[in-house]
Amino acid sequence: MTDRPDDVPRPPEKDAGAEPAISLRGLTKTFGDFTAVDGIDLDVPRGQIFGFLGPNGSGKTTTIRMLTGTLRPRAGTARVLGVDVVRHPDRVKRRIGYMSQKFALFEDMTVDENLRFYAGVYDLPAERFAAQREYVLRMADLVGREDELTRNLSVGWRQRLALGAATIHSPELLFLDEPTSGVDPVARRQFWDLLYDLASRGVTLFVTTHYMDEAAHCNRLAFIYRGRIIADGSPSEIRSEHMDQRILDISTPDVDAVLPWLEAADDVQEAYLSGASLHAVVAADSPLTPAALTGRLAAAGFARPDVVEVPATIEDVFVNLVARHR
Amino acid sequence: MPALPTTPAPPPGADAIRARGLRRTFGDTVAVDGLDLDVPTGAVFGLLGPDGAGKSTLIRMLATVLAPTAGEATVFGHSVVTERDAVTPRIGYMSQRFSMYPDLSVAENMEFFATIRGVGRADRRTRARQLLEGMGLDEFTTRQAQFLSGGMKQKLMLATTLMHRPDLLLLDEPTTGVDPVSRREFWRILAGLHADGRTVLVATPYMDEAERCTHIAFLDGGRIRQHGTPDEIKAKVPGRLLEVTAADPRAAMAVVDGVAGVTSAHLLGDVVRVLWDGAGDPAPTLASALAAAGVRDVGVRPVAPDMETVFAYLADPSTRAADAEPEVAAS
Repeated sequence: MTDRPDDVPRPPEKDAGAEPAISLRGLTKTFGDFTAVDGIDLDVPRGQIFGFLGPNGSGKTTTIRMLTGTLRPRAGTARVLGVDVVRHPDRVKRRIGYMSQKFALFEDMTVDENLRFYAGVYDLPAERFAAQREYVLRMADLVGREDELTRNLSVGWRQRLALGAATIHSPELLFLDEPTSGVDPVARRQFWDLLYDLASRGVTLFVTTHYMDEAAHCNRLAFIYRGRIIADGSPSEIRSEHMDQRILDISTPDVDAVLPWLEAADDVQEAYLSGASLHAVVAADSPLTPAALTGRLAAAGFARPDVVEVPATIEDVFVNLVARHR
Repeated sequence: MPALPTTPAPPPGADAIRARGLRRTFGDTVAVDGLDLDVPTGAVFGLLGPDGAGKSTLIRMLATVLAPTAGEATVFGHSVVTERDAVTPRIGYMSQRFSMYPDLSVAENMEFFATIRGVGRADRRTRARQLLEGMGLDEFTTRQAQFLSGGMKQKLMLATTLMHRPDLLLLDEPTTGVDPVSRREFWRILAGLHADGRTVLVATPYMDEAERCTHIAFLDGGRIRQHGTPDEIKAKVPGRLLEVTAADPRAAMAVVDGVAGVTSAHLLGDVVRVLWDGAGDPAPTLASALAAAGVRDVGVRPVAPDMETVFAYLADPSTRAADAEPEVAAS
C-alpha cells in the first residue's frame, strides 16, 4: 500500500490482492473495569458487505468508534485500509465514511446545503463536488428536491440523504451503524439496493443491524457477544457450522396455549413465536420428529397441529449462539 | 418467563379504544385525517404504515399528551381530552424518544417511575427484578441510563412502562434498535400481558411482529386504509406468493421481475419472494425463465402470504387508487 497524500481523490480500489479493508488483532477497549471489547481478531476483505451482529451492549459501536479513529483502544492493533488507525487516525479519516441511525443532518438546511456542508468538511474541490453531488442526488432519488428543507423530508428520504452525505467524498470504506433502524420495510429495501450499488462499485461496507433478513444479504458476518467474536463466516457457513439444533415449525390456532405446553416439554430446548406460527428448538440428535410432535400435540388435545421441520434462519443462529455463550 | 402477577383486568367485550373522526394538523400538514378506530379490549393491535403515515401522532393523542384538532377518542370509555385523569392511570405509553433520567441508574429509573405511578414498595423490587431479568438488563442495574446502548435504553423504557401493570399499553416502535434475543423476550412479555387480558396497541416496522398481532391496521396519509386480522389483511392481496431460491438470489430477482404474470419480487434474506397474479402454474414458468437466463441452483415453491408482501402491496402508490376507501372487516 503506497502512502498517498490524503487530499488526492481516488476511485475505490477493487484489487483483490490488496490488504484487507479492516484487519484487527487483539483489539481491546475498557471503560473503568468494564471490558467493552475484549481482544478481537477480525479481517474484512475489500469490496464486501460485512455484517457485524450482536446483542445490544455487546461492543459493536465501541468497535466502530475505534475503527473510525474516534476512540483509542486500550490494546491491540487496528489497520484500516492499510493504515494503522491507532497511530494515524487522520490518514484514514478522509478515506472512510460513517452513517448511524441518528442521521447527522441539519434539519433547518436544505438538501443541497447539507451536501455542501459535508463536502466542505472533506475539503472537496468544486469540480469534484459537482460530479459527486450529481451522483448522490441521482442515487438517493433526490433530483428536484435540492432546495427542500431536510426537516420536511420523510424518514426514508432523510436516510438516503444521510447516505449521500456520508459518501460525498467517495470513501473506500463505509461504516453503517444500524442505518435502517425504525425504517419501514419498503424504504429498507430501497436502502439496501443503494448499498448493493455501492458494493458493486468496490466500496467495502461494514454494517451493523438488528434485522436478521438484512444479515442474510451480507457476504460475510461476524457475531460479537460480550466484547468477543463468537462466530464468523458467510451466512451459509454460519448456519451450517454454528447450529447444533433443529427447528420444528408448528402452525396451530391455539398459539397461546401451545406455547407454554412446548416450553414445559422436556425435549424442547426453547419455544418462541415466529411470525404467526411457533418454533420449537430441539437438539440436533433429538429423536423428536415432526410426526411425533404432531401426535403428542393432538394427544394433549390441541386442534389441528401442523408440524414441519424448517431450516434455521440467521435469527435462529443468533439466538442459539447467545444462549450457548451466556 | 414467569407469569406476571395480575390485578383484575378490565372486562372483555368493551372497546379499549374508540376514536371517531380523529384529526390532528400541524400548520398545513394533516398528520391524522379524520380517523375512526376500534380496538377491542384484550387485543394486540398492530399499527403499520410507511414513515410519516401518522402512527406516532395517533398514539400521542391516545396517550393524552397531544390534543386532537378535531374528533374524539375514548380509552375504556373515558375521553382522552376531558377525562385525562381517568385515562392516564390505566395506560402505559412508550414514546420513540428516550425519556429516562440519564444520570440515574437503571434501578433508580425503575424505582422513580414506579413511585410516580403509585406502585407499592413491597411490589416494586420483585417486579423490577422480573422485568429486568426478562429483558436481559439485570447485569446493568447500576449503570447510568445515559451509558446504555440504544437497544438497552428501549428495554429500560419498556420495563418502566410495565411497572404499574397498565390495562392498555401504547407502544410506539418499542423494539426499534433492539436485538433479536431481546425482541423475542419482549414479545414473550406481550404474550403474557395478552393472556392476562391486557390490551396492547403497538406501532412497528417489523413485519414478523405484525404477524403476531390479533388485529392490525394499515395507516397511510393519516387514515386507516385496511384493518382486520392478519389473515383477513393477507387475503386482500391478489395473487399467489412463491419463494425462489438460487445460487445468486439478486440475479434471480432481476430475472423473475421481468416475467409476465409477476406483480412484484423482493429479496427476503437470501430468498426471493415473488407475487404472481398471472394465469397457469407459476412454478414451471419461473423455473424455465431462470434456467434460460443461466441462473443456477434454482428452487421454486409456493409459500403462504407474508406481511412483508402485504405491506409492499399496500404501500405501492399504484395500488392505492384501487382501494382508496377503507374497507371495514368484521372483527
